[in-house]
Amino acid sequence: MTELSTKAMTKSGKKFKFGFNRKQLCIPYALFLVMFVVIPLFVILYYAFTSSDGSFSFANFAEFFTNKTKISTLLISILIALLVTVICLLIAYPVAYILSKMKKSIAFILLLLFVTPMWINFVLRAMAMKELLSLIGVSPGSFANIIGLVYDFLPFMILPLYSTLIKMDTSLEEAALDLGANKSKVFIKITLPLSVPGIISGAMMVFLPVMSCYVITDTFSGSTGFTVIGKLIAWCFLGENGTLTNVNGGATISLVMLVIMFLTMLATGGFKSDNSTRGTNL
Amino acid sequence: MTKENLNENIIELVGVSREFEDGVFAVDNMDFKVKRGEFVTFLGPSGCGKTTTLRMIAGFDKPTSGKILLNGEDITVLPPNKRPINTVFQRYALFPHLNVYENIAFGLKLKRVKVTYQDKKGNTFEKVEKLKKGYISDKVEKALKMVDLEGFEKRSVSTLSGGQQQRVAIARALVNEPKILLLDEPLGALDLKMRKDMQLELKEMHKKLGITFIYVTHDQEEALTMSDTVVVMKDGVIQQIGTPTDIYNEPNNSFVADFIGDSNIFSGTMIAKNTVKFIGKNFDCVDDFPINEKVDVVVRPEDVVLMDEDKGQVNGKIISSIFKGMHYEMVMKVGKSEVVIQDTIERKVGEKVSIFINPSDIHVMEKEFSSNKFEGYITKNNTVVFGDGEFECDVTTLYPDSTLDEEGYIITKEGEKIDLTDVDVNVEVGLKDIEISDDAEAGGAIGNIISIIYKGDHYQLIVRTDENEEDYVFDTEDTWNENDRVSIIIPKEKIKLSLKQEIKR
Repeated sequence: MTELSTKAMTKSGKKFKFGFNRKQLCIPYALFLVMFVVIPLFVILYYAFTSSDGSFSFANFAEFFTNKTKISTLLISILIALLVTVICLLIAYPVAYILSKMKKSIAFILLLLFVTPMWINFVLRAMAMKELLSLIGVSPGSFANIIGLVYDFLPFMILPLYSTLIKMDTSLEEAALDLGANKSKVFIKITLPLSVPGIISGAMMVFLPVMSCYVITDTFSGSTGFTVIGKLIAWCFLGENGTLTNVNGGATISLVMLVIMFLTMLATGGFKSDNSTRGTNL
Repeated sequence: MTKENLNENIIELVGVSREFEDGVFAVDNMDFKVKRGEFVTFLGPSGCGKTTTLRMIAGFDKPTSGKILLNGEDITVLPPNKRPINTVFQRYALFPHLNVYENIAFGLKLKRVKVTYQDKKGNTFEKVEKLKKGYISDKVEKALKMVDLEGFEKRSVSTLSGGQQQRVAIARALVNEPKILLLDEPLGALDLKMRKDMQLELKEMHKKLGITFIYVTHDQEEALTMSDTVVVMKDGVIQQIGTPTDIYNEPNNSFVADFIGDSNIFSGTMIAKNTVKFIGKNFDCVDDFPINEKVDVVVRPEDVVLMDEDKGQVNGKIISSIFKGMHYEMVMKVGKSEVVIQDTIERKVGEKVSIFINPSDIHVMEKEFSSNKFEGYITKNNTVVFGDGEFECDVTTLYPDSTLDEEGYIITKEGEKIDLTDVDVNVEVGLKDIEISDDAEAGGAIGNIISIIYKGDHYQLIVRTDENEEDYVFDTEDTWNENDRVSIIIPKEKIKLSLKQEIKR
């Protein structure tokens, strides 16, 4: 009981005064967080640092970092994530740039068209895209996989870029023009450097989820045996594809991924509090 | 070079107009010349077109018609980066990702110069090159020194105060040695003290550099302090061009008088040569207008001399007195009029005083009057009510290509149905579009003729209504007598209507 409500009780005597302070409003969220984030995290930590008989060991890590298949799977995953991020950036930047120069009302409608697919569950989208690809003769495999990932994650790149570009002070571009820069110089020297926060935040929103993506890769790679790290984790826990259930191994890979993601965020300044570009305008 | 010397006007605007998409003219058919080396200020309230004019000179905005000449050459469609003109922006527009040095060097790093070389055989050839690094850093250093910011090279622009950012913005523009420096309300974001200092510094810089400054501001004091020439603008049209002294002492019209400094503006009538009647009294003046002409009379508050009762030209009573630091600002009531007076000696509220105005301090100017303007509304019978009367009108003129249906609703060309009942409108009636009649029933409003002025070949009459004292001004060749009671007739097609605001549908 807080001081405030106790006081209220004593003052009014019998009447119970029902009130919240801000801290109390956090309780549901905190409970949720502890139940589904903090505790699972400790469970993963526990399994990663114990062997199958329950004793403390680093054996899981030793196994992971010496297993060439697993390491190459990790590298392939990072590579695919990088490739998808770059492709998304190359497609999204011109789109966001053109949208930011448009009349606001028209830009809003176009932006809506780009974002609408996001309202539908991504598994459904992936299925539909797969059918569409096989219709035009693209068979399942790494190429289809990349198309699918780009399709799924493009809006996450467009939105932060658009919100960065739309907020940019147009007088800066005019000032550069005034000082003798032609249009391409204005873009290279002013617009592009100033949109870096948007690029970073868009890249993070694509790179991180793609790196550990599982369902989409599973849908698009078909029976080609194309493996990414997300699939590997799933196999460890579920014991599919002929492997035995290896909870300790799965927890280890998860932890390694978590550390990689954490380091990426740290390196790109994703934890800075002033990173306002992540919130989108929609 | 020879061409430059021949032409003493560096910038010339020839019939320049800028019409926005909604049909509003930000700048309307402007003709204007700027002399080489001049400090010109565009002055006016916000929305008067002064910034648009500047943006057209800079090249950010293109005129919808007319030409802009630089040293006699047409630069109307030349992009900003090709013009030897630099701008200091309203909110500085410093590049936040560059430091002070990089900001100032921005223009120099983009510059390309032709350098002539000689090869071993003695042939000369030209090469287009960037400026040398050492040359750039020398220039930047000099620019920083000029704005008193030595040692700030490595500082990030976001760590600078408003005044320092302002100086960087000025240095960034001046380092390119432009032929013309444009300044768009550059001191607007600074506090009063800083603003005063920067005004003097800018004027000093202008003297030292000898280049042309074109300055935009809405602050009349700033304009008067700094400029060689002041251009007063209103609604996209130049009201007056002149030196600060001219503008202050001899305003062209009541708008200029009102905008520049404090002024008393009275409605007056010329009653004899060099005699004008206002606030119910005859005053000697130096301006000459035809007898019986209605005029505006402008008197600066500091030109009104306060005296004891019965000692001056007209008596009145002080109704308010406020201490303003340098002086007291007092208001004296004479009949129905109020006179604002500035004096260092305070007179108490309620005190009876009299005033004296020197003939040379009475500025008489032509009354601005080109048409009758009223505010009115549409009735359910699609007539219009204004000026204490009701008139037949053509409401379809409010929407182009619209028609009326049988029920009296308007149908726009898009097919929309609009009910105009009680919609507020502006009404304009030309001076030649009003007739009057003895028959009280013939017209839409009734009033008395309060003024008849002979204008050489016709009379200008003013009819005033009883209820709200609305005035109808018009020209007629017929002879009438003052105080005749008449009714106002306006042909349906001569009533020009415009919507006060878009109707919400």
